[in-house]
Amino acid sequence: MSQVALLALEDGKVLHGKSIGANGETLGEVVFNTSMTGYQEILTDPSYAQQIVALTYPHIGNTGTNSVDEESDKVHAAGLIIRDLSLMVSNWRSDRPLGEYLKINHIVAISDIDTRALTRHLRTQGALKGCIIAGDEIDQEAAIAKAQSFSGLKNMDLAKVVSTAQSYKFNQGSYSLEETKFNKLDAKFKVVVYDYGVKKNILRMLVNRGCDLTIVNAQAPVETILAMNPDGVFLSNGPGDPEPCDYAIKNIQILLEKDMPLFGICLGHQLLSLAVGATTQKMKFGHHGANHPVQNLHTKQVMITSQNHGFSVSEENMPNDLKVTHRSLFDNSIQGISVVNKKAFGFQGHPEASPGPHDMSGLFDIFIQEMNE
Amino acid sequence: MPKRQDLKSILIIGAGPIVIGQACEFDYSGAQACTALREEGYRVILVNSNPATIMTDPKMADATYIEPIEWRTVEKIIEKEKPDALLPTMGGQTALNCALDLERHSVLEKHDVEMIGAKKEAIDKAEDRNLFREAMLRIGLDMPKAAVAHNMEQAHTVQETVGFPTVIRPSFTMGGSGGGIAYNKEEFVEICERGLDLSPTNELLIEESILGWKEFEMEVVRDSKDNCIIICSIENLDPIGIHTGDSITVAPAQTLTDKEYQMMRNASLAVLREIGVDTGGSNVQFALNPEDGRLTIIEMNPRVSRSSALASKATGFPIARVAAKLAVGYTLNELDNEITGGKTPASFEPSIDYVVTKIPRFAFEKFPKADDCLTTQMKSVGEVMAIGSTFQESLQKALRGLEADKAGLDPVVDLNAYDARNKIRSECISARGERIFYLADAFRLGMSVEEVFDLSRVDPWFLAQIQDIVSIELQINGTSVTDVDADKMFALKRKGFSDARLAQLFCSSESSVRERRRALNIKPVFKRVDSCAVEFDTQTAYLYSTYQLECEANPTDRKKIMILGGGPNRIGQGIEFDYCCVHASLALREDGFETIMVNCNPETVSTDYDISDRLYFEPLTLEDVLAIIDVENPDGIIVHYGGQTPLKLAEALEKSGANIIGTTPDAIDLAEDRERFSKMLQELGLKQPLNGTARSLEQAQDIADAIGFPLVVRPSYVLGGRAMEIVYDKDSLEHYMHTAVQVSNDSPVLLDSFLDHAIEVDIDIICDGEDVVIGGIMQHIEQAGIHSGDSACSLPPYSLASNVLDEMRAQVIAMAKKLNVIGLMNTQLAYQDGEVYVIEVNPRASRTVPFVSKAIGVPLANIAARVMSGVSLKAQNFTKEIVPKHFSVKEAVFPFNKFLGVDPILGPEMRSTGEVMGIGKDFASAFDKAQLAAGSRAPENGKAFVSLRRLDRNELIDLGKKLSAQGFSLVSTRSNRDMLNEAGLECEVVNKVSEGSPHVVDMIKNDDIDLIINSTEDIQGVTDAAAIRCQALVHKVPFTTTVAAAFAMLNGLKANNKLTITKLQSLHS
Repeated sequence: MSQVALLALEDGKVLHGKSIGANGETLGEVVFNTSMTGYQEILTDPSYAQQIVALTYPHIGNTGTNSVDEESDKVHAAGLIIRDLSLMVSNWRSDRPLGEYLKINHIVAISDIDTRALTRHLRTQGALKGCIIAGDEIDQEAAIAKAQSFSGLKNMDLAKVVSTAQSYKFNQGSYSLEETKFNKLDAKFKVVVYDYGVKKNILRMLVNRGCDLTIVNAQAPVETILAMNPDGVFLSNGPGDPEPCDYAIKNIQILLEKDMPLFGICLGHQLLSLAVGATTQKMKFGHHGANHPVQNLHTKQVMITSQNHGFSVSEENMPNDLKVTHRSLFDNSIQGISVVNKKAFGFQGHPEASPGPHDMSGLFDIFIQEMNE
Repeated sequence: MPKRQDLKSILIIGAGPIVIGQACEFDYSGAQACTALREEGYRVILVNSNPATIMTDPKMADATYIEPIEWRTVEKIIEKEKPDALLPTMGGQTALNCALDLERHSVLEKHDVEMIGAKKEAIDKAEDRNLFREAMLRIGLDMPKAAVAHNMEQAHTVQETVGFPTVIRPSFTMGGSGGGIAYNKEEFVEICERGLDLSPTNELLIEESILGWKEFEMEVVRDSKDNCIIICSIENLDPIGIHTGDSITVAPAQTLTDKEYQMMRNASLAVLREIGVDTGGSNVQFALNPEDGRLTIIEMNPRVSRSSALASKATGFPIARVAAKLAVGYTLNELDNEITGGKTPASFEPSIDYVVTKIPRFAFEKFPKADDCLTTQMKSVGEVMAIGSTFQESLQKALRGLEADKAGLDPVVDLNAYDARNKIRSECISARGERIFYLADAFRLGMSVEEVFDLSRVDPWFLAQIQDIVSIELQINGTSVTDVDADKMFALKRKGFSDARLAQLFCSSESSVRERRRALNIKPVFKRVDSCAVEFDTQTAYLYSTYQLECEANPTDRKKIMILGGGPNRIGQGIEFDYCCVHASLALREDGFETIMVNCNPETVSTDYDISDRLYFEPLTLEDVLAIIDVENPDGIIVHYGGQTPLKLAEALEKSGANIIGTTPDAIDLAEDRERFSKMLQELGLKQPLNGTARSLEQAQDIADAIGFPLVVRPSYVLGGRAMEIVYDKDSLEHYMHTAVQVSNDSPVLLDSFLDHAIEVDIDIICDGEDVVIGGIMQHIEQAGIHSGDSACSLPPYSLASNVLDEMRAQVIAMAKKLNVIGLMNTQLAYQDGEVYVIEVNPRASRTVPFVSKAIGVPLANIAARVMSGVSLKAQNFTKEIVPKHFSVKEAVFPFNKFLGVDPILGPEMRSTGEVMGIGKDFASAFDKAQLAAGSRAPENGKAFVSLRRLDRNELIDLGKKLSAQGFSLVSTRSNRDMLNEAGLECEVVNKVSEGSPHVVDMIKNDDIDLIINSTEDIQGVTDAAAIRCQALVHKVPFTTTVAAAFAMLNGLKANNKLTITKLQSLHS
């Protein structure tokens, strides 16, 4: 008999379900994601630190879990909310079922939730603080109180929390399903990656394009970076609010002064924008999905993108040095920017996909091109 | 890019009659395309031979031609209408083939017509197996080992390289017809020969078998700026080896990781780009080896398809509508996603938060000798779709929506039978229509998921769900429903168990289960299909039921009328009923009612989300309909338009307090119940064939003694003449009573004296309680005894005297008034030796309503719906029968080419899947055109084989003379030949089959016969002649099994049709 679990939100809404992960409790900002594939990539994406993810697709766990599909070395999401945990895993690459994977990773998770009702609630109320409690002793009132006690993500610098402590090299290319191994390629460019919570597929796509990568801590001094004499610096994705990351903003400003080719994704894109003088804002419930149309304002081409962000670059106070290159066709929000007269650009969505469509992968090629020039 | 200004008018080609592999999904796509292009200001010209379509309604296009879809006719239309462009991607394979013919004969070039949507090169590349293969290998995509063959010698060479089992696919045939899988040399030769013959290019693709791999489909849309989106992924529960149209399919794909899904997505986009589909929707099919993930491409369709209709309904994204707009130059980002009320652009990929299951519906019971094993050639005639929160819920909803007398995963095997295990194993291995039930029985027998997978190759993910359902059933089986608490009941309903299935398990009744469930306050909620997983606030009311927390139905307090649809297409209940339902909705909406459509057939126009104010995509069972009534509380319900499906519910709905508008359920019962009906006719002084009702063999024999043979026998309450037969003697009556039907007190057998050589007539009327207006009188071409759905008919009648017609009118009016009909009524009458007999009366919409409406230029279903809502005929200004000056002929179209070996003789059991309409200035030319449209037109001369039964012999001489005059030389068997010779007609003699070779079948095989006219009477004669008809089918020799049709055919040929074309809009003005 599976154990019971409960999801409590800061506004007092409580949903009952079954525990499908570890016993205990977890706190975080509850967000929904509409991607129909890639639950393991989502769970292991560091950008989900301190967020409890509700997946709108009902059947989760169908393909089990495996080590190749992890986007980092651990599960970063604070919790998981789903409708139905798969009875059976069916995939030739699966190592273990999702339930077991959650338990091993000590992730509290709940199933049998009307995730559509929850999503509607989040859409109208905005992302809410929440608490999942799973196990024998469940106190509803305590759960609500705990949800309310969560600090929230506004003004939270989580990049330094999830960043790598030690610098490391990375030379693994993308995984080839046909050959069931990671590609290996010759490196042509020396690239330093500021790790604000980087996803492995970003690193792999850079390696695919001939980059020799050194991944450094979010707070690594810019001088040590410059001393490495890189061809370019990559500003990674990551969790939390970009504004408190003043160290990162400062470092990026220096890199810009040095005319260093820069490419930022998600949090990296926001930090790059802040470095040029833009402002950022917390969104009502953010963008989390794999079906978001984004238009290249220059070519008018529409790409379907993977998205995962709760903060965005504001329209107000846009500095003249920042040019908007891409916009969301869902809400017209800023999705891409480039810095005038610099080889520096950023993208709000996830060109590395994983999960999601690969339409935007060309952005990595632009970065390579800029390093080549 | 905005829309093109250089185009002013666009020709759309429809898909023609409903056949296996091409059903009403192309009415759905064609209707969307017409609307989409007209709202952009283009002049739309439409050709489609199928009158039962919404797209051929005169309001749908600027110029509508119900004409044969073949290039010479279409050329005439092009000459007259001078379109700037041709959109060939909306009418299935029929339209593509016709467009290619037009291109090949330089018609498009000559008249400066541009093909939009897909160019000839792209169509060729996608459809020509060899070109497609080269293209796929060029872009680095994997395909099964294969090569093309154009003759048997080449075929054998290829076969040696790919081994057995071998997959054979003929090029350019629809629904994969003529293809198959060969496990040995003999089968290989048989399938190849058939395939070579069926392929218009005499081309076969012979392939390495990937049987048992997983099958997936991707629905892709691309615009002229190369923006590409995936609308939906579909996973087939049945593995490769079973045509996707015959497979249970699930959306979205369930067993792919993101990496595999994206690999498939990338491959789909690469395929569209390489093939060169510039704009529009396409479908790409994949096979995936479950052992190692090897992905290969199976095929792609550069047009909207059955799967794109399914994907549209599954996601809410109107693929055909968008594809039509892209074809005239728009890009995806310039179009709104209308289901979100324009909140999102069309350039996004739908995210769905539910599971969709489609189950095909078969009609093998109509074709007893057909091979009912599922192969790569499609054999199903319809499908049902269901939406649920989980796969289990959607599967069980779909199963009960199928109307196959199943409430869920009902057992089909007696597990105690000595051969139960063998039976189940063999049914799991070689799939037939009911495999899903055998999979469940395998688990009932205690087999493991691994064992069942090894037998069936159905993915373990699906099997585990079926196993789970079975194990829950075993847990509750035999327990009492009163012991079930609210939590348990909710858990059961979440798994999709119907009240009816639970009743079986609890040994209770459906109503007791429902009562208990309601007492526990366990009710379904309704969720919306919004294409965005509720990420955006949307208003579109496209709903499905599920057992969850929150209900999103938000019913309004407007005046509302609910229309119950027809469910899955089957023989006898198809697109005609959907046409009526759509008309009811449109008419009542116009009158200010909120209309609520309930249906579960994804192919249909009625389930387009914008036809009605609200669409409930739900099974048409009492439980599901009552649940909707609970929430919506409609002011009226129409049960008369969806065929037998909603009629069956009428009484129970009324009992539960629902307001059935129009003709009362009691009047419906009065017309259906033989004994009550006979009494009514007696009161009215009307005649019907001598008849009786038997509840046992003894009773049947007594009735036969009293009435005499031949007799028409059939079970009561059936549609489409299911299990209806003509018996000529005591033995066959006994055989029928024993084998064909299960007689009981509840379901007696009806016996009628068979009116041989009678002329049959169909009459559709509308009655508002006060006035009766005749919609149309249709005289059948084939004599009584041939099912009315299978008989050709003419409106107006072509040979009945006006006093006979007046007598018929009077009788029909009397019956309509007596039955107190409010709405439509269909009557079948027979005329024999100066007497009119009532065959049957159906106070509801009939199969002929769309045909009559097109023929007389009045939308009967529309008017009758208003009558049901209380508007009189006078108020609608429809008070007088319209007898058109032109003739309209309806001809039936049959699926016999999919069931080779089945005797294609016409009889009392309906077997046609579709119909075409021919319009002409006189009967002969209309008939001739209908034959051309149906693809059964006789050649103008050649060698005719004539052999008539004794009853018809008095017409032999006349027939022979007419054939000679037309230019045919005659061949016949001895007795017929002698008669012809005596009359001075030359005639070659040929052996009957029973007389030994060389006989008539040999002549057919040698292509020495060009036309066959062969009528037979008793069982023995029918069996002998079956070989003739079967070979005629294989060798495509036109044949007719009735003398009446033969005369009509000759008259048609004599009319020497100069292919006049008629615009529907000018016909009635």
